[in-house]
Amino acid sequence: MKKLPISQLPALFAHISQGQKLYIPADVGGVPQFALWQPGMEMTRSLNTARSAKDLFFPQVENMVNFKVTGKQIDVVESRDPGEDFVLFGVRACDCRSFDILDSVFLDAPEDTYYKTRRDHATVITLGCTEPEETCFCTAMGIDPTTPGGDASGWIAEDTLYLQAHTPKGEALLDSLPMLQAAQSEAVEAARQQLRAVLDRLPLKELPLEGFTQERMMTLFHSPKWKSLSESCLGCGSCTFVCPTCQCYDIRDFDDGRQIRRYRCWDSCMYSDFTCMSAGQPRPTQMERFRQRFMHKLVYYPANHQGVFGCVGCGRCLQKCPIHMNIVKVAKALGEEIQ
Amino acid sequence: MQERIRSRAIALLESGACDRVLGWKAGEFFYDVTPAVFTTPEQVGKEFVWGPFCGANLSKYLIQESRKGGKVAAFLKPCDSYSFVQLLKEHRIWRENTYIVGVPCQGMCDIDAIRGQGFKGILSVTEEGEDLEVDTLYGCRAMPRREALAERCLCCKSRKIVLCDERLGPDGEENPNVRFEEVKRLEAMTPQQRYDFWRGELSRCIRCNACRNVCPACSCEKCVFDNPSSGAENKAAADSFEENLFHIIRAFHVAGRCTDCGECSRVCPQHIPLHLLNRKLIQDMNTLYGTYQAGADLDTRPPLVSYTPEDPEPSVVGTIGGRA
Repeated sequence: MKKLPISQLPALFAHISQGQKLYIPADVGGVPQFALWQPGMEMTRSLNTARSAKDLFFPQVENMVNFKVTGKQIDVVESRDPGEDFVLFGVRACDCRSFDILDSVFLDAPEDTYYKTRRDHATVITLGCTEPEETCFCTAMGIDPTTPGGDASGWIAEDTLYLQAHTPKGEALLDSLPMLQAAQSEAVEAARQQLRAVLDRLPLKELPLEGFTQERMMTLFHSPKWKSLSESCLGCGSCTFVCPTCQCYDIRDFDDGRQIRRYRCWDSCMYSDFTCMSAGQPRPTQMERFRQRFMHKLVYYPANHQGVFGCVGCGRCLQKCPIHMNIVKVAKALGEEIQ
Repeated sequence: MQERIRSRAIALLESGACDRVLGWKAGEFFYDVTPAVFTTPEQVGKEFVWGPFCGANLSKYLIQESRKGGKVAAFLKPCDSYSFVQLLKEHRIWRENTYIVGVPCQGMCDIDAIRGQGFKGILSVTEEGEDLEVDTLYGCRAMPRREALAERCLCCKSRKIVLCDERLGPDGEENPNVRFEEVKRLEAMTPQQRYDFWRGELSRCIRCNACRNVCPACSCEKCVFDNPSSGAENKAAADSFEENLFHIIRAFHVAGRCTDCGECSRVCPQHIPLHLLNRKLIQDMNTLYGTYQAGADLDTRPPLVSYTPEDPEPSVVGTIGGRA
């Protein structure tokens, strides 16, 4: 384990960013976001960013390939971002788990090379939580935020940052930082204890999720509760776009007359054209679209991934939904029904 | 007030005067209130809430609710009532299927304004005179209630309920001009500063469409930006400037119909002050065509759809006409 006085964080950031790009959670325009570190930029005091850390691996829009049409000839022009090494600092345990979920989708065969390039180039340094919000429920999703994972983990105790590498990549990064000093782990252990005490008092620390099993899939699907749960949903994409695990996308062509740019962009199951096919829209009303989102996270995904839920309990949707409908309310309403 | 509202809602359902009640439903916390339709007195007694976090504007829901058959009672705040009248004016709500109960409002709190004061892990908020006692996972502390108010409530244009079938209290005052302070601040900027301000603010947009979907003035059955056959479907913008233009186009599209309810800014997950675009247009229309408040009544013709030969031509089109 290594350590660094908090006052020396700017020097640490400056050193890292000499070799590669560094992204940290900072307040940009008053809103916490992962931002490219520049001298003078400080870490946000907010627990979590408004948008999640998935943006760094799965950006909202990216160009995939271009097509140039000359007479009867079509040339395929590579336009992908070749990627470069970067460090993602200050990821919370919830967002770090979301990378596992995204990996299970994008790195499963056939591998998504756009996503993989970014994952391969990244070194993820997580940061233990000190003051969880009332909207946090990662523990209900089986996450232990006292061991946040990544290539290396950081904990802040008093005025010191402690760092522990978990992978060769994390070790290489920490070894390259001369300002780090060797440290004992007592202070981190104490910080973990403190965090555990807070976790124990979180209002959403437990959710009735036992019944969300493959066997009950159709019962849950046909539950009469979906109608009232979804009735005031606006059909916007806030929940899906701030969600660290939502991974649906659309691929479109943008034809500017001279060339075609093929891009992919985030899609939202809340939108009326989501998975719309030539035969029509398989989910004709907001009720079906709303149900898709929560069935995917609470039933379909765990059914295909050894019971791991497709939600990491970061609480962003709780804070951002315009009408305050969210996965916790859905899980409680349906969980009560099937028990 | 909550008890009065509940008992009115229960009475309306029990007497058969209404089949459904549109109001606000309690959530997991004290602030995460959801608009909801109640059909039984038991539901109302258990789940209907009224309090300082019932900021959501219910009027847009009446477009669908009023078409479902039977009668729906809706509890509307003053600002919601402006949206209601505007939607009636646009023939979007079926008035005969609605029963409106006007609820006086002292201004709504914004949980993000409270979080902005440095509170984390907020468990409860109690009103103590002019203060709010905020209890959190990390201790209890007071803050002035005024600082917890939503921006739109701090400069509330009107506490008058413009149309209802009954009201649960007297109307408050109208202050139509206090809301233009921020617009004046933007007008005082140089064009470059203003451009940079908006480019900065709008750069945070994630195009989740929450602003559009919550907006009572955006009531098209199918938005052109969602319609693959429109030629303007826009799931991702070609560049960031095109993304920014979405908001400017939307502000123009709702100009003259926007009541300034402020829902666009309330729901923005990225805290973009979208309402300032609308407010600037409201102020300009006031200046050019005389004071007009969308949704204030059913009869006045909106300035942008009533032509008179005396209308000013404030743009470059008016100044230079066809001469380049």
